[in-house]
Amino acid sequence: MFKNIMSWIEYRLPFMDKMNLHVMQYPAPKNFNFWYFFGSLAMLVLVNQIVTGIWLTMNYEPSAEGAFASIEYIMRDVEYGWLLRYMHSTGASAFFVVVYLHMLRGMMYGSYQKPRELLWIFGMLIFLVLMAEAFMGYMLPWGQMSFWGAQVIISIFGVIPFIGDDLTLWIRGDYVISGATLNRFFALHVIALPLVLVILVFLHIMALHEVGSNNPDGIDIKRDNDGSVELTEADKKFTFHQYFTKGGKKVIVDAIPFHPYYTVKDLVGVAGFLLAFAFVIFFVPEGGGFFLEPPNFEVANPMKTPEHIAPVWYFTPFYAILRAIPDPLLGAIAMFLAILALALLPWIDRGKVRSVRYRCELHRWNLVMFCISFVALGILGVLPATPTYTVLSQIFSFTYFAFFGLLWLYSKNEKTKPLPVRLT
Amino acid sequence: MMKKLLSAVALLASSLAMAAGPTIPLDKAPIDLRDKASLQNGAKLFQNYCLGCHQMQYQRYSRTFRDLGIPEELGMEHLMFTGEKVGDHITNAMPADYAENSFGVLPPDLTNVARVRGADWLYTYLRTFYVDDSRPFGVNNKVFPLVGMPHVLQELQGVPYQAYETRLVDGQPKEVYVGIRTDGSGELSPEEYDRAVADLVNYMVYTGEPTKLEARSLGIKVMIFLLIFFVLAYLLKKEYWKDVH
Repeated sequence: MFKNIMSWIEYRLPFMDKMNLHVMQYPAPKNFNFWYFFGSLAMLVLVNQIVTGIWLTMNYEPSAEGAFASIEYIMRDVEYGWLLRYMHSTGASAFFVVVYLHMLRGMMYGSYQKPRELLWIFGMLIFLVLMAEAFMGYMLPWGQMSFWGAQVIISIFGVIPFIGDDLTLWIRGDYVISGATLNRFFALHVIALPLVLVILVFLHIMALHEVGSNNPDGIDIKRDNDGSVELTEADKKFTFHQYFTKGGKKVIVDAIPFHPYYTVKDLVGVAGFLLAFAFVIFFVPEGGGFFLEPPNFEVANPMKTPEHIAPVWYFTPFYAILRAIPDPLLGAIAMFLAILALALLPWIDRGKVRSVRYRCELHRWNLVMFCISFVALGILGVLPATPTYTVLSQIFSFTYFAFFGLLWLYSKNEKTKPLPVRLT
Repeated sequence: MMKKLLSAVALLASSLAMAAGPTIPLDKAPIDLRDKASLQNGAKLFQNYCLGCHQMQYQRYSRTFRDLGIPEELGMEHLMFTGEKVGDHITNAMPADYAENSFGVLPPDLTNVARVRGADWLYTYLRTFYVDDSRPFGVNNKVFPLVGMPHVLQELQGVPYQAYETRLVDGQPKEVYVGIRTDGSGELSPEEYDRAVADLVNYMVYTGEPTKLEARSLGIKVMIFLLIFFVLAYLLKKEYWKDVH
């Protein structure tokens, strides 16, 4: 009976076939390391944000008069409201932690290189939407930092020549940040952007499964079946979906089915992540003033500027680049270029070898310099813009961009190490 | 190059701790959210000395009573003065424009003040008022210079003044600020006053996050569960991966 129903459905919608294609018979390289946890963790955090977000919406009031009080109502009067709120606020920061590490993984192992350019572009679009989503979400509690942080970020659009003022007016829906701004940000935060985000994540995974996962060695696991590949016992052990073998034209080496091997492995990653996540939620929900900034526990007051306005930590690397350049327009352009440069990595990097393991020594140090620059800019973006810090911001902005310039130069005729034939 | 970069980063990290702050070092507030007697005394002090001008508009009386172990009848009798209901928020009847006229600014809501300022800031602030005739209320403050708030706890502390001592600084005798002393006219001794302020701050730390203790006790259970889950997940992974290795 059950079997009949299943085959009735399968005939009309090949559900099991798609599950096999994407999960049970999806060939994943067997050598994924620590860095490969962050993709599945990003999915976990996305689900966390959506679910806790739905429940927060049930008691949140999107109005300038009631928003702050409704958050306090959630924190005090709603059963486990504090838990939902902290899961959501910590989740926002956790999202950026895992996404930044996920992106670094892609940079280390050249996962953006051909044929994964489109996959990388979808990832960058997810990153952009995520930034917009986080920015708009941060405004909703209507605290001092919600208000003044938004003031700073929206004013960045004002530097665009000719249309700047009209553009900021259009974004705010008012001459100042007001209840009108809050209402539209709420609409975008809970409906429009999450929808776009979910669609982009779907496309990201579809694009990934089309070209296949990269791995720490950066070599292909799908080879032409022309008799040159010697299959081991391990290679013959698993069956993969015929979609990937192209009807026998390809053979797959050193791969294992995503399920159960990586589902159980990711479960370990999930447990480790949740330990850290729960620690923050239950014991230090403010994250040392970085996840929830102290001034944001005070209701927004347009008449009172906080002593020091800093965006939330995940924006600060780009904010530091913006501030490093004295001219506001050029600063905004530099900030935009900092993100665009990442998106263009597949074309800036002219190398043929993907993984940092087999690339030239200079590439390794170039990556290290990039990471140091990014972290240093992140720290500088939190600090007030004193002359010393501004000079430091300029230095690290320079080294940030130097990464891309150097990469473009040395990747053309790079002296790489010999690639292994099989995954190590 | 690398070393220079690294040391620059280290320098940055260390200077993070010193970003913007009050003029004197803050004293560590002895906070203990489990000390019900301290919290009850803090609530009493708040109701008697603060509520005239400041509100706790997000905290309900019933919540305070429940969390602090105060029986409702007792709380209504001793901590509620103007006939509110026990489920009401802790508010006062001072009109906003009157308050602004009196103090220059609207006295801030204190529900979350400990989360905005920090417990140490509050603890030091309430203990560093001093006589200053140039100010409208005759007092100034070491932590919040030119503050527009009178020293409402003066009847407890006595009249505070800044104490100076002559000390040798670089070989030269110099008048150095050594702290706040009082004329002894207060109801409390200096130690008792510190204790009272600590209780008050303790209460405000509580109202900033009434769920703190609940979060901690639930958090420990969740962490223990996750640890067990981690071990089981790891063992499961190991078992499955026997096929691969």
